[in-house]
Amino acid sequence: MELALETRNVTKTYGAGATVTRAVDNVSVGVRSGEFVALVGPSGSGKTTLLAMLAGLLRPTDGDIIIADSDLGRMKDGPRTAFRREKIGFTFQANNLVPYLTALENVELMLRLNGRLDRDGKARAKDLLVRLGLGDRLNNLPRQLSGGQQQRVAIARALIHEPAVVLADEPTASLDTERAFQVVETFATMIREQKRAGIMVTHDLRMVQYVDRVLQMRDGKLAREITDRAEILAMAEAGVHDAPVAVTLPETLPVFAPVPAYVQPAFAAR
Amino acid sequence: MAFYLAIKEIWRTRGRFILFSGVIALITMLVLFVAALAEGLGSGNRQYIEKLNAELVVYQSNVDLSAAASRISVSNLNKIRRVDGVKAVGPIGAASVTLASPLKDGADPLNVALIGVEPGLPGEPPAFEGRQLGGRQSREAVLDRNAALRTGIQVGDVITIKSIQDTREQFYELRVVGISDGRQYSLQPSIIIPFRTWEELRPQAVVGGAPGAELVANIVAVQLDNPADRDAMAQRIQAEVRNIEVVDTVTAYKATPGYSAQQSTLDTQRYFALLIGILVIGGFFQILTLQKVAQIGMLKAIGAPNSVIGTAAILQIIAVTIAGVAAGAAASLALSLGFPPQVPIIFSPAAVVAAVGSLLLIGPIGGLVSVRYSLKVEPLTALGLAQ
Repeated sequence: MELALETRNVTKTYGAGATVTRAVDNVSVGVRSGEFVALVGPSGSGKTTLLAMLAGLLRPTDGDIIIADSDLGRMKDGPRTAFRREKIGFTFQANNLVPYLTALENVELMLRLNGRLDRDGKARAKDLLVRLGLGDRLNNLPRQLSGGQQQRVAIARALIHEPAVVLADEPTASLDTERAFQVVETFATMIREQKRAGIMVTHDLRMVQYVDRVLQMRDGKLAREITDRAEILAMAEAGVHDAPVAVTLPETLPVFAPVPAYVQPAFAAR
Repeated sequence: MAFYLAIKEIWRTRGRFILFSGVIALITMLVLFVAALAEGLGSGNRQYIEKLNAELVVYQSNVDLSAAASRISVSNLNKIRRVDGVKAVGPIGAASVTLASPLKDGADPLNVALIGVEPGLPGEPPAFEGRQLGGRQSREAVLDRNAALRTGIQVGDVITIKSIQDTREQFYELRVVGISDGRQYSLQPSIIIPFRTWEELRPQAVVGGAPGAELVANIVAVQLDNPADRDAMAQRIQAEVRNIEVVDTVTAYKATPGYSAQQSTLDTQRYFALLIGILVIGGFFQILTLQKVAQIGMLKAIGAPNSVIGTAAILQIIAVTIAGVAAGAAASLALSLGFPPQVPIIFSPAAVVAAVGSLLLIGPIGGLVSVRYSLKVEPLTALGLAQ
């Protein structure tokens, strides 16, 4: 299947000369439609910076970011804003929702921004919220919703305009464990159903059990890519960040590292 | 889209926007009342001169256009009358006396300006109730509207005025034959009487005036054959008659002692109130914007263009300003209805329009900084990456 999102040797540097910092260093990844990928790594590893570039909020210093056949990195500000509005869905750690709009109005906002809020759009927005278990919360303001409910509204808003790519920045940061699992599970289900390309940045490795692939970053580089289901589940069970990684990297694609010794050998998948 | 966001936010968080409007309403009331006070005090100073049925006013020379210090003799008055182009001249005398009776229950005696004019000549105001003054030496009086309102005196009443002559209080009776429109003189309501009667009743060293003395006016009102010829006629009269200074009515009332200082003080207060309004409104909207930085960053991150963000902010500022100014103006006018007539507050249409116009600008001007700030918010704030 074709890649919905692809980065080719993407680099982001700050400063110059002796003080240059490589926040993202030569990262090449691809995500297909219907695939859900987790971007993990310790603080300062570059994952949020990479996410910002994928969202069109930051321009890469070098390399290409191709989403839906468009090179995001080379767009000027105006077209990039429009592209973000039309082709990308986003949920944030906090301040996801407009506080003076109801749950339904927050979801309709994306359609309104895109000039697509017609009767059909309103019906879809309502259906999506009902599907997410918020049928009785349509007219509630964000302050009247729990953290998990707010995140689900944010998910609906990120999906309603049928974007090519859906990005989530720490969607479980302010949620308790039960809500966190619910939100990410819902997110994964919707992405696969609607065949979007989904990327989730998370510190909480327990959440990776819901993804198809884990991209592990360290010091700005893509240190490791994990596709093996058992290894992913093991990582989720361990729930820690600093697993040892292999450092040999090919020119374009990451290699797999051996399963760390500390990981529990037997892990019952949820 | 911008309108939608602006209205939704105003409606759903109306408490804070009502507060902003309330502050603007208070500033509006302050500006309008200062403007009305300026108009009222200015009018009180200039009303009589401003409404003179004459194009020019003649003072004695070298008195800095002070009517109290000016003396124009009958001979000079006659010379002015004979200048080619002069249609009519009227002597005007002004002095301060006290209206002793009748007064409203419990009211103190009222200080009034006693103005002497020649009946039928420039200087005599038209009577809108009753009739004009009759004989040249009659004991008749025309009250200006302010005096009538404050005392309740009506046409036909007999009034008693107290004048200090020699060293004694002298009381004189006058019959009210007419009431004119507002003709305040030096912030006092006025009583207009025939010039010769005025010469007898005014405060002076001799009780009843010195018999046979030449009549001396303070100023002379001059009507012209061709009112458009005002400037040329002023020069001609001044050239042909000695020891006088001829000015138009605007120059005359602006020279009233304290008038310019009073008006500039009140104007300064008004401009300061507007400046304070700009700073206060600007401060309010800046605080509101600072509280919304994360929300604005999120909106930009999901693709809201700057035009939507900026337009929504401007629409809110305009809506809040209009609501506040309207409320303040309505409250000011309602409050003014309760003021007694002696309070010098006048809401003239021109002054109100000018004040409201400038007030409608203080919101947008004050809010410019906050609008600019919101446009500069980076969408990266949504991710916590803004520099």
